[in-house]
Parts: sequence; structure tokens; C-alpha cells
Amino acid sequence: MPVILDPTAELQPISRTLTPVVPEELRSIALVDISKPKGGILLDRVEEGLRSRFEKVKIVRYQKPTFAKPAPQDLRAEIARSSQFVVLALAD
Amino acid sequence: MPLPVFQLEDLEGVAHAFPGDRLTLLCFVKEDCPTCRLILPIIDRWSECFSPQLSVLVIGQSTEGNRRLESRHGVQSAILDDSRLLVSFRNKIDVVPTLILADPVGSGLARVMGFKKEEWQELEGVLSHRISCYASAEVDWPALPELRPGCGSLSSDPEQVRRLEAELDGPRLRSRPIEIGSATDEFEFLFEQGFTDGLPVIPPSPERVHSMLAGTRRQPQDLVAVVPPNMGQATVEKTAINAVMAGCRPEYLPIVIAALEAVCTDEFNIHGVMATTMGASPVLVVNGPIRHRIEMNMKQGALGQGNRPNATIGRALRLVLANVGGARPGGIEQATLSSPLKFTMCFAEWEEMSLWEPLHVERGFSASDSVVTAFGMTSGPTLVVDQTSRTAAQLAGSIGQAADAAFHPRAHGLTDVLLVIPPEHVATLETEGYQKEDLRNRIQEVTAVPLRELQRDSISGVGLDPAEASQLSPERLAARVPKFASPSDIHIVVAGGTAGKFTGIFHGWSAGPRGTQPVSRRIEEV
Repeated sequence: MPVILDPTAELQPISRTLTPVVPEELRSIALVDISKPKGGILLDRVEEGLRSRFEKVKIVRYQKPTFAKPAPQDLRAEIARSSQFVVLALAD
Repeated sequence: MPLPVFQLEDLEGVAHAFPGDRLTLLCFVKEDCPTCRLILPIIDRWSECFSPQLSVLVIGQSTEGNRRLESRHGVQSAILDDSRLLVSFRNKIDVVPTLILADPVGSGLARVMGFKKEEWQELEGVLSHRISCYASAEVDWPALPELRPGCGSLSSDPEQVRRLEAELDGPRLRSRPIEIGSATDEFEFLFEQGFTDGLPVIPPSPERVHSMLAGTRRQPQDLVAVVPPNMGQATVEKTAINAVMAGCRPEYLPIVIAALEAVCTDEFNIHGVMATTMGASPVLVVNGPIRHRIEMNMKQGALGQGNRPNATIGRALRLVLANVGGARPGGIEQATLSSPLKFTMCFAEWEEMSLWEPLHVERGFSASDSVVTAFGMTSGPTLVVDQTSRTAAQLAGSIGQAADAAFHPRAHGLTDVLLVIPPEHVATLETEGYQKEDLRNRIQEVTAVPLRELQRDSISGVGLDPAEASQLSPERLAARVPKFASPSDIHIVVAGGTAGKFTGIFHGWSAGPRGTQPVSRRIEEV
């Protein structure tokens, strides 16, 4: 019986689900601009909408240095530390 | 020198272990060898005469052959089944019959191959002396020929050698073995598993992977790179598996390894290159002595099909990125149109035809180094067809005008280009003694326009936003802006056939620290 060796990294995917939103427990949201043109404008509208619905929630804006590269590790750690939820504004 | 420890079963299924607790004679034979059949009666005589002080283990190389030796040729000694050939291979048996005399702890004392009467009689004398038995074994020596050569051992058959090496290498290889049903077409299976780039791949059997690993001194579990987007660990073994699939020969593997190291750097940013909707991909240029050793094409048709290393090295890199890194179309890879560059693009620079320092020397390596340089490119080669320029300034001007199209003629300062200049255009540039810097400067000169001309207008919406332009001073708007942010964004190599006044241009992606930058790595040859 022919045998081949697995050419992949043999990763075991971890299944994840979205964190449920419980409004009364909502304290912090990160809005991340990935630095594509006009992403900031989109996030401005999103922030307005969130503030009108969740007055006491802390909203923090972040920005990737460049859309072309993954977010730096320090930035990812800071977002994870400071926020319960993250909204990424993609592009254009 | 201790001989390999083993345990084999005879035809009755009885296990025999080596070393035992006494002097042992190992006798490697195969049934279809006339010399083996000639000597087996001698072995039987010795076994009878020198027992029990001497243990005789006859080791046959095929199950069916062993049965025939017993049933047709009346061999009395137990014949052990080495049909997997591992014991023969580990004992380096090239010829059968081979006799090895070993002491009680399994160290070799004597070895004879084939049949040379004098040697065999000497061995009989050694046996008699060792076990202090001077009874005659009653071998009819006068009836035997003086010399009979042996036959080739099955364990030295090249096909078997590859299998055996792989089998013995098994503990070094850690990838999951995948069994393919005997009724299943291997090539179709590989397609179904999503392991290919859309073209058939070579099935990466353990034997082929083992052979591929001979192309590097590095250990199979050495980490070459962590490959985005899945951050998969590309070991030397995983790289070798994908190199097999791409069709590489072992001597290409060091280039694939070096290229993988090059692209998996923050400077090259393979994550962005593979993910972008613009459809970028690595373009590999090889410099140094390895070009000749593996017979890469750097001349006619260098950027096209037909040369194995050119075709398969780039493909191997791409397969590692897909299979280990998970860069697959429709997943993280989001190219709108994509490009044939995504299958493969690798070629060598024709350094000997160049007026200038070769690429790797320009990038700080020694001329005697073998080096691969990776560029993140979105398209190309586009052809600059200039058969009429007769001066270097004219030709460099033509190349500049053509290069202005990269991204868009109004997109200045965003991207880079890789120029591939064939010999006829090199000759034209030579007329005025052009250096690389002269060519770069001329391109910047002819592409430079006042900033105000790069504004969006009714012809095209690409360019400087007029609202932003209105905030700038007249002097700023009048300042001339060249195509490239820096002359160093114009990369230059020489390759191609000797007939044809054309230059090829690869167009880049987002150039610089915020996008991708070329990265070179020295190739570690065996």
C-alpha cells in the first residue's frame, strides 16, 4: 500500500466561538484601524453608534502601523489586555 | 566492531536472535544464486560438525526462495527470512554468499564473499581452532571449483537501497505517514487532499523524502521558518516533503531552504505578499556557483518553462507556503486576479554576461557565495520592446517610460521593479559605459514629473487628491517627483538569450518597510 508523508504542518485547529454580548457586562471595546484608506471614517461612524447605545462603555481606538503586515505582537497584547471586544475596520 | 543486533524467524516461524551465547556463523544467501546453492551443503556440513559450539544462521533474502532452498535443494540448516532485507542491508552485504564469523558477543571475526576455495578452507581452519574441534567436517573439497564469484545482494539493488535507507531513517522522520488505498490513484488522492497547486505533484513517499534530505547537512527536525498565516513550523523535513512534491532534485533543496528563510522575515513579509488582493508572489533570483552546478537556466528562455531547477525550486517554495503556512486561494490568500507567478518564478542571473556587479555582490555577499534573493512582485515580466535605441541614454529612457506603468503611471513612490536585462540591451547600455546607478538615475530622471501632474482628473481617478493638492505650496506642486521613492527600488539583473532587444520588468507590490523588501540568503550547499 503506497505511503506518503504529510506535507502540512499537521496543526490541530482550535474551534472558537464568538464571545456572547451581555450588555450589562459590557465595559470596553477596541476599535482597530488597519490603516487602509478611509478605515478611520468607518470607525468614526461605528464609534458614534456604539457610544449612543452603550454610554458607559470605554471605547479605545487603535491603529496598525500598516495594513500590509500583521499587527505587532505588542499591539495585539495591549488590545487583548484592555478590551473585551474588538472591531476591525478593513478597507477603503 | 559489534555487528547489528537482529531477530529473524525461520520458515517454521521460530525466532532466532543474534548475537546468541556462542560463536556464530552468519551466512547470507539467495536462492537464485548458483554459488549460494553450491556452498550450502558445506554450511550444512559445518553446522553438523561444529554444533553445538557453533551457531549457524543461514539468512535468505526472499521467503519464496527460502522455501525452494529447503524443498528443492534439501538445505538442512534453518533458513531465516530476511525478505525485508534490513539485516542484509545493515550488515552491508553487497554480494551473496557472504559469510560473517562472529564471537559470542556479536563482534565480527572474519568475512568472506563469494566462493574462493582457499579462503573457505582457511575459515574452516579458524572454526576448528576456535572451538577446539579437530574432527573432519568431511567437506569434499577436491570436488569443488577453485573459484566461483557470488551474485549481487538484493539489499544492494538501487530501488531497495532507497527503501531501506528510508526505513532505517524512519525514526528521524516525524511526519504523519498517510496510507493510500491500493485501489486509489496516488495522484488523484493528492489532489483530493488539497496538497497540490492545481498541477500534479510527485507523491512524497518516505523513500523520496529520505533521498531529498541527502541534499542538506541540516537535521530533519531543524526549524527552517515559522510560516504565516497559520504560523506553521516548516522543518527541514517538511520542506523536503514539499520539494519532493514540486519535482526538485536533492541538490536543489538548499536553495528552497534559503528561499524559505528569506521570505519568512519581517522585511520580506510573506504574510502580506501572499494575502494581498493584488496577487503578489515571491520572485527568486539565484546567484553564485550553484547556478552552474545544478544547471539552472539563465540564458535563452530563463523566465519560462523547460528547465527543472528553475521550474521546481520556485514551486517548492510555493507549496511550503500553501501546505505548511496555509496560504491558499480563497482563504487568507485573497488575490483578485492572481498571477502565474504564484505557481513558480525562479531563475539565475547570467553574471558572466553582465557589465556590473552581480546582484548578490551588490547586496553584500562574496562573488563565490551562492545566494538566493527573494522579491515580492505582483506581475511580470512585462516586455520593453526597444529595438531601435542605439545609446544607453535612449534605452535607459525607454526602460524608464515602461517602468512608469508599474501600479499606474500616476502612482509614484509606492512600488519597486525588478529589471531583467538580456545581453543585447546590456550591449547597448555598454556603449556609454553605463553603471547600474546611471541606469537607475536615468529612469528616475525620465519618470520625474511636477507633483501637480500627478493629480486626479477626468481621465483617471488615480493620483493626488486635488483637495490635498490645494493645501500645498506652488513650489511643492512644481517639484518634480520621480517614479520611485528611491533609486534602490530599481533592482537590476542580467539574464536571457543573446538575440532580442527586449528588457523584462517585474512590477512590485507595496515597497519598503510597510510592505515588502527584497531579502537575500546564502545557500548552504552539501
